[in-house]
Amino acid sequence: MTYLKTTTFLIAAALAAPLAAQQSGGRLDIVVQPEPPGLMMGLLQNGPTQLVAGDIYESLLRYDSDLSPMPSLAKEWEISEDGLTYTFHLNEGVLWHDGTPFTAEDVVFSADVFLRETHARLRASLAYVDSITAPDDLTVVFQLREPFGPFINAFEAGTMPIVPKHIYDGTDYANNEMNATPIGTGPFKFQEWVKGSHIHLVKNEDYYIDGLPYLDEVFYRVIPDAASRAVAFETGEVDVLPGGSVENWDVPRLTELEGVCSTGKGWEFFAPLAWMWMNNREGPTSDVRFRQAVMYAMDRNFVKDVVWNGFGTVATGPVASATNFYTNEVTQYDYNPDKAKELLAEMGYDGETVRILPLPYGETWQRWAEAVRQNLNEAGINAEIDSSDVAGWNEKTSQWDYDLAFTYLYQYGDPALGVSRNYTMDQIQKGSPWNNVEGYENPELDKKWKAAASMVTPEERAAAYAEIQKEIVDDAPVAWLQELEFPTIYRCEIQDLVTTAIGVNDGLRDAWIEQ
Amino acid sequence: MTVFIAILSRTAKALLTLLAIAVLNFFLIHAAPGDPAVVLAGEAGAADPQMIEQLRERFGLDQPFHVQLGKYVWGILQLDLGYSFRQGAPVIDLIADRLPATLLLTLTAFVISLVFGIALGVAAAARVGRASDSALTTLALLFYATPLYWAALMAVLVFSVWLGWLPGFGYETVGASYSGFARVLDIAKHLVLPALTLGLFFMAVYMRMTRASMLEVSTADFVKTAKAKGLSGPAIRRRHILRNAILPVVTLAGLQAGQLVGGAVLTETVFAWPGIGRLMFESLAARDYNTILGVFLVSAAMVILFNIVTDIVYRIVDPRIGARA
Repeated sequence: MTYLKTTTFLIAAALAAPLAAQQSGGRLDIVVQPEPPGLMMGLLQNGPTQLVAGDIYESLLRYDSDLSPMPSLAKEWEISEDGLTYTFHLNEGVLWHDGTPFTAEDVVFSADVFLRETHARLRASLAYVDSITAPDDLTVVFQLREPFGPFINAFEAGTMPIVPKHIYDGTDYANNEMNATPIGTGPFKFQEWVKGSHIHLVKNEDYYIDGLPYLDEVFYRVIPDAASRAVAFETGEVDVLPGGSVENWDVPRLTELEGVCSTGKGWEFFAPLAWMWMNNREGPTSDVRFRQAVMYAMDRNFVKDVVWNGFGTVATGPVASATNFYTNEVTQYDYNPDKAKELLAEMGYDGETVRILPLPYGETWQRWAEAVRQNLNEAGINAEIDSSDVAGWNEKTSQWDYDLAFTYLYQYGDPALGVSRNYTMDQIQKGSPWNNVEGYENPELDKKWKAAASMVTPEERAAAYAEIQKEIVDDAPVAWLQELEFPTIYRCEIQDLVTTAIGVNDGLRDAWIEQ
Repeated sequence: MTVFIAILSRTAKALLTLLAIAVLNFFLIHAAPGDPAVVLAGEAGAADPQMIEQLRERFGLDQPFHVQLGKYVWGILQLDLGYSFRQGAPVIDLIADRLPATLLLTLTAFVISLVFGIALGVAAAARVGRASDSALTTLALLFYATPLYWAALMAVLVFSVWLGWLPGFGYETVGASYSGFARVLDIAKHLVLPALTLGLFFMAVYMRMTRASMLEVSTADFVKTAKAKGLSGPAIRRRHILRNAILPVVTLAGLQAGQLVGGAVLTETVFAWPGIGRLMFESLAARDYNTILGVFLVSAAMVILFNIVTDIVYRIVDPRIGARA
């Protein structure tokens, strides 16, 4: 038997749709910060690129806020009982923005050829894939070597954007001149990019779902200063501030304005989790008692309430609560400076100074580092802040030149996609700021991470990940800080803006303006 | 003829200086910590060694340093500023895209500050010691001391948010697709706040300098002579005092003109003005080497160019300088 999932979802989606009649037309102005380096989503996987290009490119699936898959380019899909065969049935009548028909060959080319070369994160998942084939124009089959539990999460637009074969096949992808005028299957077409000012997208009149999208056009506005972005929203220049585009202390002021709504939803797939890397190789941070002392020394609730204006949740461990297989049955590191002092005395901490490297993403992060430094000082740890710009931060973390370094990472819905990469030994490699930067070595846990990824049923996986979380939290290889929440701020007449687990990134397909 | 030869020799020296600057910049920028490949990979939120290697190869960073330098200098000699791998476009195109907006902003600010600065300076000097002189001087001091960043935000707050008179952001109304005169008017409206903000500081400098210089010259003997001849006050001020007092202002104006390309980073940032200062700043953050070097080179060329222009203006204002040189 195969799991037949889609029809249920279609019915559920139809029932859940609001009764109010959606109105067509209108224009939205949305802040994009910083200006993306390009819009070809198969080549660039950064946040701003996905925000804009998520309207242009699509993947096979979308995900609701519980991370359950929903149809996108694929209308139905089946997973064989052994977890090795994934069959996707594609929508009919889908056209690329240049009018060429979209077929299963495009999917095979994207996943098997193009993205294998360009997409580091997907490449890790594709290592489990034996073959990708197109038995006919509307069917794609992914055959896996061994089961890979999170594979169903790999069909999100930023993870596997489907790119046009007829434009890229046999070319030098990075230097293809069509990168400047991206061609996708999505609800909006690229119109114009005035560098330094705005990106203009227009409605795709030939979109394969009748009546969608509702909006006529979208302008992504580049406003480099955070205070100016807040003012631009106040004056009505822009209608939507995607999460993180204004400083936290402006959020309460803006959301109190009349006719302004906000939501913390739309980040479930990413579930950004912030922590400090602690260098496990040398210095005081190589001692587990010191690392535990850091955990106890920090008043993380204070930071959440003051630095983040109450947005977010204090983290309990490596997995964020929105991510699949999260458990809170782990050792809790509540604020306890006395306990921290005890641990430091026990290890015989000699007062060696540790450097804190803040994340150079604006004032909030700077203040966060200051709060942590003060907490550490109070517990008797000599800590100083050693700031850098983005490039310097990347260099220091990827070359392991730090003691404590702030970071945050997306989890992509599953521990095997977005969590284990930070803790297993095969991920200890200089040159990347996103792998096992802290140098945590635990061969026993490595085996468990690997086994958990290949289990077939969710129940087995949940039990395995619960065990892993319990063990790793006691080792405190990094200092987990907070599940970040970036509220999306928008004018209340905008409806259905955030309906999926990636929020504004693919939300404009369904968004409409109430007149 | 001597002027012509002087300019020619200055130009030759200028080109050599420019080349030296290009090489020096190349060393400086590569000495800064950070790697454009890691930055680009870092933004993706995931990277593996294969990706970093691919990027470094594409950027040409896998080659030995002297080869990279040689290629760059060879490119410069052929007027080729290189390619921005980050933005996927030739650097010269990126700069050309942004240059008009920046020049419009900085030239407007330049003219405003020069005209009003000198006019107010002359007015203040003529009323020296009176209340109106004190008022003008105080105002200039205020402009001089106000941080640009703050003044810019306050201008947006007052004129854009509270009063709603002028747009606070951007170069023109996005999506309005005006043409002809309507477009000119639209851009002009957007230009008012950033140009005034940027111009205020230099206006204050010019005003104070003009005033001080005017007062100094007005005690000179030839002014007494002119008075003795029975010339009117305004005629003396215009023809005798101002002409002699203007040289220090020309010097300063030459310095300001040199910053026309790269000197408006803050103003461009606050007002979301799509200019070259922001291009430079953002490229620096991303370690987009070729783009930064390109902007630096164009800025350096402007400084040198305006130094030469300033020299020429000296000769026009005061013919004695040419005779001495």
